Amino acid sequence: MKLRRIKAIAVKETLQIVRDPRSLMIALLIPVLQMFMLGYGISLDIERIPVCAMDREGSQQSQDLLKRFSASRYFSVQKLVSNDGELAHAIDDGSCRLGIVVPAGFSQALNDTGRGTVQAVIDGTDSNTANLAANYARAVVSGYSSALQLRSVERRGGHLQTQTPVAVEARVWFNEDLVSRNYIIPGIVALVMAIVGAQLTSLTIAREWERGTMELLVSTPVKPLELMLGKLAPYFLVGMADAGICLALAVFWFEVPFRGALTTLLFTTSLFLTVVLCIGYTVSVAIRSQVGASQVALILTMLPTTLLSGFAFPIEQMPWPVRGVTYLVSARYYVTILKAVFLKGAGVSELALPILCLAAYAAVLVLAAARAFRKTLD
Amino acid sequence: MIRRIAELLIKEFLQLKRDRSARLRLLIPPIIQMLLFGYAATFEVFNVSTAVLDQDHTQASRSLTAAFAASGRFKLTVPAATRGEVRDAIEKGDAEVGIVVPPGFAELLEKGQSSPIQVLADGSNSNTALIALGYVGQIAGSFGQNYALELAQRTGRALGRPMVNVTMAERYWYNPNLNSRWFFVPGVIGTLTLITIVNLTAFAIVREREVGTLEQILVTPIRPIEFIIGKTLPFFLIGLFEVAIVAAVGMLWFDVPFVGDPLLLFAGTCLFLMSVLAIGLLISTVCMTQQQAFASNFFVLNPMFILSGFSFPISSMPPVLQWFTYLDPLRYFLVIIRSCFLKGVGIAVLWPQMAALAALSASLLAIAVLRFRKSLD
Repeated sequence: MKLRRIKAIAVKETLQIVRDPRSLMIALLIPVLQMFMLGYGISLDIERIPVCAMDREGSQQSQDLLKRFSASRYFSVQKLVSNDGELAHAIDDGSCRLGIVVPAGFSQALNDTGRGTVQAVIDGTDSNTANLAANYARAVVSGYSSALQLRSVERRGGHLQTQTPVAVEARVWFNEDLVSRNYIIPGIVALVMAIVGAQLTSLTIAREWERGTMELLVSTPVKPLELMLGKLAPYFLVGMADAGICLALAVFWFEVPFRGALTTLLFTTSLFLTVVLCIGYTVSVAIRSQVGASQVALILTMLPTTLLSGFAFPIEQMPWPVRGVTYLVSARYYVTILKAVFLKGAGVSELALPILCLAAYAAVLVLAAARAFRKTLD
Repeated sequence: MIRRIAELLIKEFLQLKRDRSARLRLLIPPIIQMLLFGYAATFEVFNVSTAVLDQDHTQASRSLTAAFAASGRFKLTVPAATRGEVRDAIEKGDAEVGIVVPPGFAELLEKGQSSPIQVLADGSNSNTALIALGYVGQIAGSFGQNYALELAQRTGRALGRPMVNVTMAERYWYNPNLNSRWFFVPGVIGTLTLITIVNLTAFAIVREREVGTLEQILVTPIRPIEFIIGKTLPFFLIGLFEVAIVAAVGMLWFDVPFVGDPLLLFAGTCLFLMSVLAIGLLISTVCMTQQQAFASNFFVLNPMFILSGFSFPISSMPPVLQWFTYLDPLRYFLVIIRSCFLKGVGIAVLWPQMAALAALSASLLAIAVLRFRKSLD
């Protein structure tokens, strides 16, 4: 192995990146764009759920209740409808996600029996939003109920027997306000690494085949390992620069709390980057067309990073065979580390297991990639 | 004209027929992605690992914790002996929720007073935490109500007039069990079609340009518009085929219901494919190399995917991003395909989406064809 030859390949590859300013711009713009798109576009915080209200009664009480919905930041009352058909239409065409129906005789029943029921019709298509909307609506109704109780007890000069026999005192750690951005953004770093790392490298060898420069490459004295190191070095730097951009945006722009050590993060980032670079390189060697290589690399890196890493979808909720597969996904370990370092301030000792797994993964892939390339033309 | 287009079509399909790996790439990735999305993409919350500390050791505290376990939402994985252990379990990630029933819990309940329990949640997954806390509230609330009722009967402590109480009766339409797979599977069909077909179209043309065969074609008597039709028609057919395959997997394997009109979905798919082909053509006019074509995917397809409302509700996005969603054909197609699968509504409800998609497709196609003809000169 000669350093001079590695350098020569690295210089050539760097020149190729630099002389094609469009691809360099792309490599540096991808993280910025991803960060902004995902950071703003992915929000699981449900607010302003469009509501349509049907007040069959039109009494003071029903108005009071509906006012509580308008006042809640979780709901935005879009329209008032007067019959079932209009309500069904508003839910059918998706202009409202929730229909609140105050039935006729609502206040009468409240006065006579003390019991009142409002109906909620919820569009279940988006199951997650539906679930959260039902929770918030229940809270609005029970707030109204408590206010009524208080009033009726006070009127009778009594004192209130407790309304909440079991009171839940909830405290949330690590992401105190339950902001979904804090949960999503650390994972985006992994996604950007996977895209830039594997995608760009997946084209490097395939390009030589397609352009016919492979013959030239094979005729040089370069050794397979030297070729790999030389080809990957510039992309490693690009990848680390992208990681830096992502981290800076996460911390300074999106204000995600960063509670851990930067060194832990940079070290594990370089491990993960090695993994994806090697995957991209191996694929590029194995599949000699650029389209094919980029597609396969996409399936091997970006897809599992999006779906199987716990980046947005919790792993423990997956069925067990899929959960088993996630252990084979390197991004799983990296995303765990990212979230723990960002939000929990975890150090190397708490993260020993995922770091070891990631390191083992990187070692295996470096070996595989180094053996993948053979200096033959068939 | 027809004859020349037919010649080109035959050439394209011959190319596909002779390239076995390209054929596999058409079939296998969509199916793998469908299966992955179907199994992995879920926001449902079951069996949340929970640390429990019962400091009260009474009948009441035991039945409260049993109610948590019985709900199926929580799995009492870590029995803790001290508060410190609960804290550790959450810090290490062994438990996502910690429930502490303090001493005197039953005593307060028996007195008819409000009896607190403490709940600790790991908020790093904000969505799971939010939903889990919702379930804690529901379970504790109904346990408390039942206890109070039973207490009133047992002690004969008449409450005089019954307490005023307003409750909410909810009904979920279209997806009564809130199965998140029903939400994701139709969305995956649209997304996969977008990604696969844009890629195929853009790459096919850019490759001809890069390899130099585009010039060879241009010296034949074929006219630009014929070339465009001949080049995109195969991908249109492939697109329809992909939608059918992926939809079949969704319906037969994942049991997602299809309650709407297949013809309406077919019409919507055709409109959508026109937009998709136009985007592929546009990308091919801007890019000289396949690497550039590939990267432009991330600038075009990824934003389209995120802005489509595929998994993240558009109504929660900042207003500026919401405006951009109107330019996204996937946004309209997702509404159409979800409505066809789950809601079963007809053209009477869906016409605005169809009209918007048609207008978008027409303008995209016009721009693409104009630009493409220019790029040939």
